[in-house]
Amino acid sequence: MREVSLTLARGEVLGLLGPNGAGKTTTMQMITGNLAPSAGEIRVCGIDLLDHPIQAKARIGYLPETPPLYRDLTVDEYLRLAARLHRVPKARLADAVIRARRRCGLSDMAQRVIGTLSKGYQQRVGLAQAIVHDPDLVVLDEPTVGLDPNQIREIRTLIRELATDHAVILSTHILPEVESVCDRVQILHQGEVVYTDTIAALKQFRGGHALTVAFRRAPDPDTLRAVPGVSGVEALSTHRFRLLHEPGADPAETVVKASVAQDWGLIELSPVETTLEEVFVHLTQNDEPVGTP
Amino acid sequence: MILTIAAKELRALFNTPLAWIVLAVVQVILAWMFLVRLDGYIELQPQLGQYPNSPGVTEFIVAPVFGSATVILLMIVPLLAMRLIAEERRNQTLTFLVSAPVSAAHIVLGKFLGLLVFLLVVSGLMAAMSVALVAGGKLDWGLLVVNLVGFVLLTGAFAAVGLYLSSLTSNPVVAAVATLASLLILWIVNMGASDPASLLHLISLMKHYENFAKGVIHTGDVAFFLMLIALFLWLAARRLDRDRLST
Repeated sequence: MREVSLTLARGEVLGLLGPNGAGKTTTMQMITGNLAPSAGEIRVCGIDLLDHPIQAKARIGYLPETPPLYRDLTVDEYLRLAARLHRVPKARLADAVIRARRRCGLSDMAQRVIGTLSKGYQQRVGLAQAIVHDPDLVVLDEPTVGLDPNQIREIRTLIRELATDHAVILSTHILPEVESVCDRVQILHQGEVVYTDTIAALKQFRGGHALTVAFRRAPDPDTLRAVPGVSGVEALSTHRFRLLHEPGADPAETVVKASVAQDWGLIELSPVETTLEEVFVHLTQNDEPVGTP
Repeated sequence: MILTIAAKELRALFNTPLAWIVLAVVQVILAWMFLVRLDGYIELQPQLGQYPNSPGVTEFIVAPVFGSATVILLMIVPLLAMRLIAEERRNQTLTFLVSAPVSAAHIVLGKFLGLLVFLLVVSGLMAAMSVALVAGGKLDWGLLVVNLVGFVLLTGAFAAVGLYLSSLTSNPVVAAVATLASLLILWIVNMGASDPASLLHLISLMKHYENFAKGVIHTGDVAFFLMLIALFLWLAARRLDRDRLST
């Protein structure tokens, strides 16, 4: 890992993205005190994790990639243990367990032995364990991996809910998940942050914008390039083209006018929105790191 | 925190059949030995009674039974200690403890204490068996207590060694075999040494246990066991801490 820097405010969900082996899990292990960085500093609510690990860790809830479950314990026993280890006062212990259980949809599972639960429920127990002590920072390493679509949706809703009073860091390589859950995104590649911004800004990224157009009687590309506002033409097939243009100078109107005037027979005109996937591929398949815009 | 972890270890131990099987098997074997010694004592009693300083019932039955128990525990503690850290590592549950606001020392002490409580249960059962002799004769309480103290110190040392070796690996079986081998070596290391001042006597577990069996509490022996336990617990805590520095 080199020069990775993350900051996060309460009520925010930060998505950590990257191909396998990019350093997402390593970053999370450092934040949660499972790995010590060779240089640098980690602060949780102003408490230095390296100097005062015990106070700092009390404010963190961590769900690793493999939920750390004791399969012989029941859900309640396990959550009580987690709460006790995280120094939840005795008087509030029972409440904390019930609350975490309810938030993760485990209310009917209190007396079940964890080893007999399905993968989806085990994942929820892992999540309940991470929030039982009401931490300021929740760190989730690929929380929806191996779940069915319904469960994924529930977990995402839960994460959004958590974000109202906690700060959440989430790692994943499922891109729609980031778009639907996170406020901000950081893309890691080979141990470095190659991109960091809000989801909204992400959609503006990649310099130029583009339009996809199709004509019944297509002109040749050079004629299209001559249309005012168009800066480049990529032929997608004999009659479909991608028109590149400068940001802010949308040539849609002039293209329509030109089409009507010269009888090209316009049948499709749509803006190309940059998806997170494109940014991701663009950033992580380049060998040289790309600076933020 | 230490107590929370110790309670968790105990529960984990009693949730598996292993602990119950160990308790049952140890009890059966020791009860058998106890009966055999008792039989021998009853046979010899008329002759023993003629001598003024003949061995009493405690010396003749309790001390040898405790002696056999140490050998049995030498083989069984590795099985109980192997899972302490190695299994958590393999199941990736160690993260649960490491991410919790507890230090490596807490984790190690908690786990040691959990196993120690189990060993105290074993000692308690043995003590109860010995106390049953009160029904038929006079018991040398001092000798019994000293034997118990020595037994707990010795098995505690077994547990500490097992805990440390368990912290080195993620494979419980490797930990068990390594522990058994190390304990056996520490047990018999003095066998070839004829010089009583030799270093080999100093590190031999058997040598240090002998005095307790005779009913003598020697400060040196107590200190030896306590230092051995402290050393291996410290090493285990250091090992857990070092996990954070490298992957």
